[in-house]
This record gives sequence, structure tokens and C-alpha cells, in this order.
Amino acid sequence: MRVKYVLSEVLVGLWRNVTMSIAMIITMAVSLTMLGASGLMYRQVDDMKDLYYKNIQVSIFMEQEVTEQQRTDLQTKLDGDPLVKEVIYVDKAQAYERFKSMYQDAPDLVNAVKPDQLPESFRLTLNNPEQYKSVYDQYKDTEGVEEIVDQSRLLDKIFNILTSIQNIALAAAIVMAIAALLLVANTIQVAAYSKRREVAVMKLVGASNWFIQAPFVLEAVVAGLIGSLLGLVALVAAKYLLFDGSLSALQGLLSPITWGDILFIFPVMAGVGGLVSAATAWITLRFYLRV
Amino acid sequence: MTKTYPKASRPSLDNVSVSIEKGEFVFFIGPSGSGKSTIIKMLLHEVAPNKGRVVVNGKDVTSMRSWKRPHFRRSIGCVFQDFRLLPNRTAYENVAFALEVIGKTKAVARRVVPEVLELVGLGGKEHRYPHELSGGEQQRVAVARAFVNRPLILLADEPTGNLDPDTSIEIMRLLDRINRTGTTVVMVTHDSNIVNQMRRRVVEIESGRIVRDQARGVYG
Repeated sequence: MRVKYVLSEVLVGLWRNVTMSIAMIITMAVSLTMLGASGLMYRQVDDMKDLYYKNIQVSIFMEQEVTEQQRTDLQTKLDGDPLVKEVIYVDKAQAYERFKSMYQDAPDLVNAVKPDQLPESFRLTLNNPEQYKSVYDQYKDTEGVEEIVDQSRLLDKIFNILTSIQNIALAAAIVMAIAALLLVANTIQVAAYSKRREVAVMKLVGASNWFIQAPFVLEAVVAGLIGSLLGLVALVAAKYLLFDGSLSALQGLLSPITWGDILFIFPVMAGVGGLVSAATAWITLRFYLRV
Repeated sequence: MTKTYPKASRPSLDNVSVSIEKGEFVFFIGPSGSGKSTIIKMLLHEVAPNKGRVVVNGKDVTSMRSWKRPHFRRSIGCVFQDFRLLPNRTAYENVAFALEVIGKTKAVARRVVPEVLELVGLGGKEHRYPHELSGGEQQRVAVARAFVNRPLILLADEPTGNLDPDTSIEIMRLLDRINRTGTTVVMVTHDSNIVNQMRRRVVEIESGRIVRDQARGVYG
């Protein structure tokens, strides 16, 4: 009977102030969606880093008039370098092949370029891609080296953008969370006021503290859980419409977000939504319902 | 015991010592602000004395932790001048509410509530709302609610303050009947008529001190 009483009080409470309840649920949902999205992105960026940095290469382009001697010296040095995992030498003919396949859609450009004009190069795979700088410093002044190009610098830019989007989502989540918390606090105040007579009688006849407080706290928790469910719906919709829809062209570039990822992030959202609401409600009651 | 409220120039209760036996009927009388209500609040563990001890039902409750208060309150019934009924509940529901919120089942309420409403003389009016009842009848509901849990002590803070003399007498008969079941009744009042008619123990308080403690006393 007591459980039934508490649950019916929760529903009555949410319904009594239905506009406020909806506002509370919506802000909660937006906040939790942002939280979930930034959580997904965190995993996403991690996955992508693994994937890309593993295949990253440093290219050392040689001058046009590099001598046989210079090339052999460099090759020997690179082979003996502990930072370097693998060295591939690309001569002019191979470079031309690559060039042709890369620009096969632009035959004019391919025709205008002769194999002679393309530089020879060494393609290095590093043991640790982050040690690019020391490789660069070591070889930039070697005779016959024209230019050293590191792909990871380009990737860093991309990842910086992704990280800042992630931070923006997180910041939005926090701001919305603050709004949600204030709404929870306000809802609880209103509820405590509208039930002040019942609460006074309950205190008088010796109802236990948890029994007096439970309906209020659960009201906030239920709102938080509904908010996290809506957040889940929003994330599922985002996957459908964005990743599998309009952004599907980038499929090869972005590592895919699986249903598993979303299912993994949902308990986090529900947990955060429920616990934070409960804590807020409980603290608010400390002030507005001295039991 | 002594109680000084913060910001007060003099103590609300100054070195007061009263002992009330089980089953007694005691009036606390005195002018407004004399400290009568503070005694009630201390018995309810709503305020604690600065000095001295409060012992209720043989237990020292002076330094009782606040989480134990709800259970402690179940042994005390309370009636107030303003009835404190829930306006959106019937007489029956008001009394049953007091049982349900301390964990009694609906079945218990169905058995006990009609009994106690009959006892206070409201048989047949169980399903009226407070606004459909007279002041005296509302106070009867409040008494029924205070008594339904069979408390050891009934505290009444000016229970007749809002009632006309005839109705007041009826409420006093009711309290007297409850007292005869063995329940200790502690009543704070201004009403000289009632005190004079009842001829019970009277403790008079003035400016936080006991100036009279008389068995079978009168008001003035």
C-alpha cells in the first residue's frame, strides 16, 4: 500500500504542475542528449585516432638533382634509425604511377606531367607517430632532402576540430544541466508548497522522513529518467538521419557509430539524469521541507 | 528546564520543572507569551531546552536525534486551535491518512477509523468534507485523528480557542472521556470557564515561570 501511495503521489505531483514538468523533462533531455553525443564522440575520436595514426606516414622528398651517393647514405641512415619502423623507397616511375592513379579523373593534368618532374621519396612508417618532430629535425638538413611532409599534422587539425566540437557539446550539456537543475529545484519547491498541509500532518503524526520525502525525490527521478529516454530517442534519430543519412558519404572517413555504442551510452545518461535529479531534489527538500 | 530563543531578551521558560504522571489531566494556563506553547513544542521534540532535560514516557528525549523523532511522535497525539485538517479529504480520510502514513494497512484503517469516529460522536458523518462540518465537528475529527493511534499522551493547544462555549464544553467532555481510557492529557488554554468547570490540575505560567501548581484548581 505504501509503495502504491508513493507512486500515485509521484504521478499526481508530475501532473499537478504539468507545464513545469514538461519544461523540466525537455531541458533534461537536451542536456542528456548533449552528454550522450559528446560521450559517443569521445569514443569516436579515440577509434579514429587508432585507425589513422597506425597508417600514418612521413614522406621525405628528395631534390631533383639528388646524387646516387646521397640517396644511398640516407637509405642506410633510415634503415638504422630506431624511430623508423619501415622504409619504402619510391622512385620517379613509381611516383608517376601513383600520381596517375590519384588524378585519373584529370587526364590533362596527368599528360602535362612527366615522370621526370616528380620527386623521388622515402615513405617512412614510424614506431611512434608522435615522434615525428625528432625525425624531422634529424633529416631536414641532410643533403639532397627537399622537403619532409608529415600526414599527422593534417590529422591533428582534423582531430582538433573534432575535439572542439566535443567540448562544445559538453559545455552545452553542462549549461542545459544547470537549467534543468534549477527547474528541478523550482518544481520541488512548488510541490512542497502545494503539499504543505499534508506534510505538516504527516510530520505531526510521525510519518517517517523517507516516506515524506520519497514522493518529491521520485518525482524528480522519474522526470530525469523520462528525459534520458527522450535523449536516447534523439541519439537514435541522429544516427538514422545524420550518420546513416546525409553524412553517409563520409562513411569511410568517420568510424561508424554502432547501436552497441548508443546502448552503452544510454545507462550513463539515465544514471546521470536520475542521480543528479535525485540529489537536487533531496538538497532542495533540506531547505523547503524541514523534517 | 530553561529555554531561551535566539534574539529574545528574556528566557521563554526560566528554570521550570513540572512532572506529569501517567493518566493525569493537566491544564497549562497563563497569558500569551508566557511560555505555555514552548512546553508543548518541547514535548513534541520540536525545540530543545538550553538547560535541563525533557523526559517523555520514561525516556530522555532532550538530545534525541532528529531521525528518531517520527517514531517518537507516534506515541503522542496532537490537537490544535486551527484543527489542521486536510480540506480535500473527508472526515474518514483525514483520520485514515494519519494511519496510512505511518504504515498501517487500509484494512486496519477500515476497522479502526469508524470506531474512533463513533467514539468522538461523528457516526454517520464519515464522508463529509471539513467545510461541510461545523467548527466543533471539525475539532472532533482532529481529536479522532490524534487518538486513532492510541497514543499515551494527548497534547491539546487551545483546542477550544475557535469554538463557542457550548461546543467547547462538548469537546472537553470528549477529552475527559479520552483521559478516562488512561491517556495523559496536557492542555494549554485561556478559557477560564472550562478550567473552572473541569476542576483538574492547573499549572499557571507567567513570564516563563510557574506561579501556581494546584490539583483540582480554578482559573483566576
